[in-house]
Amino acid sequence: MNFFSDPITFIGNWLGNLLVSIGISQQAATVIITFIAAGVVGMFGFSLVIFTIWLERKLYARIQDRIGPNRVGPWGIFQTFPDMIKIFTKEYITPIGVDKVAYNLAPILSVSAVLLIWAVMPFAKTIVGTDVNVGVLYLVAMGGIGALGIILAGWSSNNKYSLLGAFRAVAQIVSYEVPMVLALLIPVLLGRTMGVNSLVNAQSVWFIIMSPIAAFIFFTSSIAETGRAPFDLLEAESEIVAGYQTEYSGLKFGMFYVGEFLHAFTISALTAALFLGGWRGPFAEQIPILGVAYFFIKAFIVYFFVALIRISMPRLRIDQMLNFNWKFLTPLALVLLIATAVVDKAFYLVIPGLNISAGLLPWARAAVHLGVNLIIVLVTVQILKSHHISTVKIVGKPRPVAVAPEPPASVIS
Amino acid sequence: MQSDWLFIGLFLLIVALFPGAPIILAGLIGPHRPSGPKSQTYECGIETVGETWVQFRVQYYIFALTFLVFDVELVFLFPWAVAFGQLSIFGVISGVIFILILFAELLAAWRKGVLEWA
Amino acid sequence: MAAEQIIFILVAAVTLGAAISVVTSRNLIHSALWLILALFGVAIFYVLLDAGFFAVIQVIIYIGAIAILFIFAAMLTRRVMQETGPQSNSTWWLGALIAVLLFAGIALIFVNWQGFTTTASDLTNPGGRIVQLGLALVSPDQYLLPFELASILLVAAMIGAIYVAGEKKQ
Repeated sequence: MNFFSDPITFIGNWLGNLLVSIGISQQAATVIITFIAAGVVGMFGFSLVIFTIWLERKLYARIQDRIGPNRVGPWGIFQTFPDMIKIFTKEYITPIGVDKVAYNLAPILSVSAVLLIWAVMPFAKTIVGTDVNVGVLYLVAMGGIGALGIILAGWSSNNKYSLLGAFRAVAQIVSYEVPMVLALLIPVLLGRTMGVNSLVNAQSVWFIIMSPIAAFIFFTSSIAETGRAPFDLLEAESEIVAGYQTEYSGLKFGMFYVGEFLHAFTISALTAALFLGGWRGPFAEQIPILGVAYFFIKAFIVYFFVALIRISMPRLRIDQMLNFNWKFLTPLALVLLIATAVVDKAFYLVIPGLNISAGLLPWARAAVHLGVNLIIVLVTVQILKSHHISTVKIVGKPRPVAVAPEPPASVIS
Repeated sequence: MQSDWLFIGLFLLIVALFPGAPIILAGLIGPHRPSGPKSQTYECGIETVGETWVQFRVQYYIFALTFLVFDVELVFLFPWAVAFGQLSIFGVISGVIFILILFAELLAAWRKGVLEWA
Repeated sequence: MAAEQIIFILVAAVTLGAAISVVTSRNLIHSALWLILALFGVAIFYVLLDAGFFAVIQVIIYIGAIAILFIFAAMLTRRVMQETGPQSNSTWWLGALIAVLLFAGIALIFVNWQGFTTTASDLTNPGGRIVQLGLALVSPDQYLLPFELASILLVAAMIGAIYVAGEKKQ
């Protein structure tokens, strides 16, 4: 192992040996190293937000034909720092009648739940927080805790509109967890493991090629979980003021924003890891540090699409949002899961009869899965076409456009 | 195995600090001058009318209930998916039947009008 | 080993404290929050027992779904911030007596149980255990019937719950 190909592991080993050599027991050294590693991973995830906030503001501005931040540093890249200092010095205004415990716990929960996902994020073959063998389920569990934070924020605020925001959060975040879990089952089924890094290892063919529908469902439902446009009903400012964060101020308010931006990047990174092969790329196995670069390139490409969707899509109405989840994504995911399971088993039953070389095997499997996915897409499109809603339901009678009142009879005669 | 969870345990402690410490710090740095009008609820821009912890429609709860059932059932499928490579055809079929029951459940909920927001 | 015991004692104390707070708290939502802490403590016990799968299941099902449903039900059904009346009634002593008797019974059984002294079997292949669970769930001589029945039972439960909770259509 050498420093240039894998600096993180190198430093870790060096530090471990150093600690043992100065007379600390092996176990204690492990705990200290783990602690430092956890701190570094958390710090890294947390400080990524500083960059993504700038990136998204700039992107937002360019698409709206503005310049965006351009004063602090080149292209305004340091704009987030003055903003951060400013929000730091703001006063906390706590309205009377809020539930103190839940009110203060909520912003912490909503950021922590997202940051916790970074514990299983595979940066490279050897650079990973931990590859716990239930990694995928761990991701789902953290999603649930995030929802809890939003519910607490809405409930504790002593505000009807915040409460309504919390209710919408439950309806949305919790509903979209169903197709998300179903979509996560497909990489697990194809990779035969639940560890996130093991799943990246299993992607000799990227899972997005084997199952593009699963990637689509995961990506869409993840966006819904972040609560960003077009799924930002929980903070729809024209309907429910600012939703669950109405009564928050200062950094407590800022933390919800940090959580949202961090979540947006986290789902991009997860999509990259679970469907786009994560750190996989040329020479990534030999030189792990290259894997980090591949991983972040892929993650930022996905993040670009997340940002684009946020910028260009109008907000959904709540019934549309629920219909999309329960009547489209969930049935589609269930059908896909059945098809994937049957086809994968059938493939391995048929394959010994055919003479396919071991090198081609993953590609043959991918081709079969891709074919099934395409068939499902075609059938879905046909069904959607035949159920196309062409008439818009009109609520109430159409009123005539303003007409000039009839002149009184006396005038005419 | 336990070392994996040691990492997550320590991570849990650290990660609570990342948002927690700045919030406390900002509370110390920032001014603190509460006054009557300032600490009133903003709500929607006008004075609060009546009870704030109001009751909303039961529809929200029914969606959460539907989610709960799906969530509990889907979790069973994860070990099945991990063991997929070693399953017999019979094992795969029984898993598929399980998913079909789930599908039937979705259709039942659909037909009962549970999934309508109206 | 010692470190594990210290963690266990700390977590056990927190879990018990949270569980007591669930029943003594005057505010329903606070009770639910304490319940979440207690359930989280149980998840840590699973981790200490090297059952990571059950730990995450505990968090997903109990905290991510059931506790949220509790909070939700509390928000929907009653004015949570108002005083909820006295917390005990005239027959509290009967309940306490039964609880003490029950605890004594369980303690008696546990004292005579051999399980504490037997060494746990070596769990060297943790990844393989989820595979074993997956195989056991669908093999006919193990848990196939409960597996499928659980699914049908949950369907029945959901339809019943929807029927009870649903608004009457005019």
